[in-house]
Amino acid sequence: MNKTLNNKAWFLVLPVLVLVAFSAVIPLMTVVNYSVQDTFGNNQFFWAGLEWFEEMLHEDRMWNALRRQLIFSAVILAIEVPLGVFVALNMPKSGAWSSFCLVTMSLPLLIPWNVVGTIWQIFGRVDIGLLGHTLAAMGIDYNYTQDTIAAWVTIIVMDVWHWTSLVALLAFAGLKSIPDAYYQAARIDQASRWKVFRYIELPKMAGVLMIAILLRFMDSFMIYTEPFVVTGGGPGNATTLLSIDLVKMALGQFDLGPAAAFSLMYFLVILAISWVFYTVMTNLDKKGM
Amino acid sequence: MPDATAAPARKAPRIRVNRSALVMAAYLIFLMLPLYWLLNMSLKTNAEILGDFTLFPRNLTFQNYVTIFTDPAWYMGYVNSLIYVVMNTVISLAVALPAAYAFSRYHFMGDKHLFFWLLTNRMAPPAVFALPFFQLYSSVGLFDTHIAVALAHCLFNVPLAVWILEGFMRGVPKEIDETAYIDGYGFGAFFVKIFMPLIASGIGVAAFFCFMFSWVELLLSRTLTTVDAKPIAAIMTRTQGASGIDWGLLAAAGILTIIPGALVIWFVRNYIAKGFALGRV
Repeated sequence: MNKTLNNKAWFLVLPVLVLVAFSAVIPLMTVVNYSVQDTFGNNQFFWAGLEWFEEMLHEDRMWNALRRQLIFSAVILAIEVPLGVFVALNMPKSGAWSSFCLVTMSLPLLIPWNVVGTIWQIFGRVDIGLLGHTLAAMGIDYNYTQDTIAAWVTIIVMDVWHWTSLVALLAFAGLKSIPDAYYQAARIDQASRWKVFRYIELPKMAGVLMIAILLRFMDSFMIYTEPFVVTGGGPGNATTLLSIDLVKMALGQFDLGPAAAFSLMYFLVILAISWVFYTVMTNLDKKGM
Repeated sequence: MPDATAAPARKAPRIRVNRSALVMAAYLIFLMLPLYWLLNMSLKTNAEILGDFTLFPRNLTFQNYVTIFTDPAWYMGYVNSLIYVVMNTVISLAVALPAAYAFSRYHFMGDKHLFFWLLTNRMAPPAVFALPFFQLYSSVGLFDTHIAVALAHCLFNVPLAVWILEGFMRGVPKEIDETAYIDGYGFGAFFVKIFMPLIASGIGVAAFFCFMFSWVELLLSRTLTTVDAKPIAAIMTRTQGASGIDWGLLAAAGILTIIPGALVIWFVRNYIAKGFALGRV
């Protein structure tokens, strides 16, 4: 759509601007403030410059958390995106069965995040959980509070359980928008199932899939509650992702300076990666999908 | 191998339907299993949960639910959560509607930057904002009120609402606006009487998302409340008593947090698919 130039439109945006400035800019400036100051208590602060940033950059703690976070996000994206597309391809296109699938699939998305954690915490327990009990009965040694691998598998399966439906629903929305004529043309050309997917369905889904990847990346990168409830970051620090580490530092140990420096760098990483996705997405939008 | 592909082609549809149904059934079972287990546990006594391992409750009991519905300390948690979620949804939509209209219809100075800046707030990790929010709302005397949580959740819900609504509004041809103005409608009258009904499904979808993300968030709502506005999700930690965790009660509380979400999904089920694509299909 060709838009008209109208700077009065700013008035329409003003309420959003005021509200977001109150709930984002002020807190963010507080963080910036802390990141460049040091304190000995009693609300006495003095200028510390970039010391905290230097200190955090030289500390293994943040790098380890960042590495775990990148692995986590990469793994869940690698599982959820293909699986979501696969599920979407198998979804019934219309009818009561389709509505039923939609409603059931959306359910995990609307469960409060700590309840998701609780569900999996219970589900995986060897003494009272279905999953843990079954695995133990099969003779598999599975204990997510002691074993690093089991803890990782648990939080990854939990995330797949929780969020794959989002990818599937987005992909499904993309699939539904493909006119029937495309498929008829493919049938006339005797295109194989793979070619239909590769040259018709995938390009049509590209736009919504980018949204899915963007959302899943952002949310998995800031994940806190679910793994915290299940593993508490343990065993040891094995599942201490970025947010868990940050909350430990800021609210647990009250190391405001380092935590603030950590926050800003954390935010910048998300911002940088999201900007790439966003640019790709808007370019796809422009091409008219 | 043209003849080899031609022969199964006739049979293919039937096989594919069956296989699809199988895949869907497997996926839905995977989704439902943990929920079934939670429901199963909520209907058992704590003794039975810790005693035998049973797939169905032997002594069916609703005691866990009765406990929640008769104790104000429990059920007020649901009320608190619902209050701030509804407040947040209303505020988010009220400010997002005009802004989304501006973004979908006009070019103005800095519009693209502003739009991305809004989105960056959706990307901000709540963990970064927990402590500053706590200090901000304490200093203005809003700590432990519903409005504080509602405003805090605007951080990620307003950008999302703008994003979704903008997608839906782009689908409405601009000629409608122009015709309405020629017919003598002012901006306000046009927006409320003509434009909003046209994007009703978009508003529903945006409301659904605001509800969803406000309902499921815990870190901020827990940090900003102590007693009066404490959400149910935070109250659930109370089940860890002196004699260990009351698993049955915990499970029942968990099941009850799923119900509002399920109800909302039921209302918007016909728009879910398009809604999840943020109006961009």
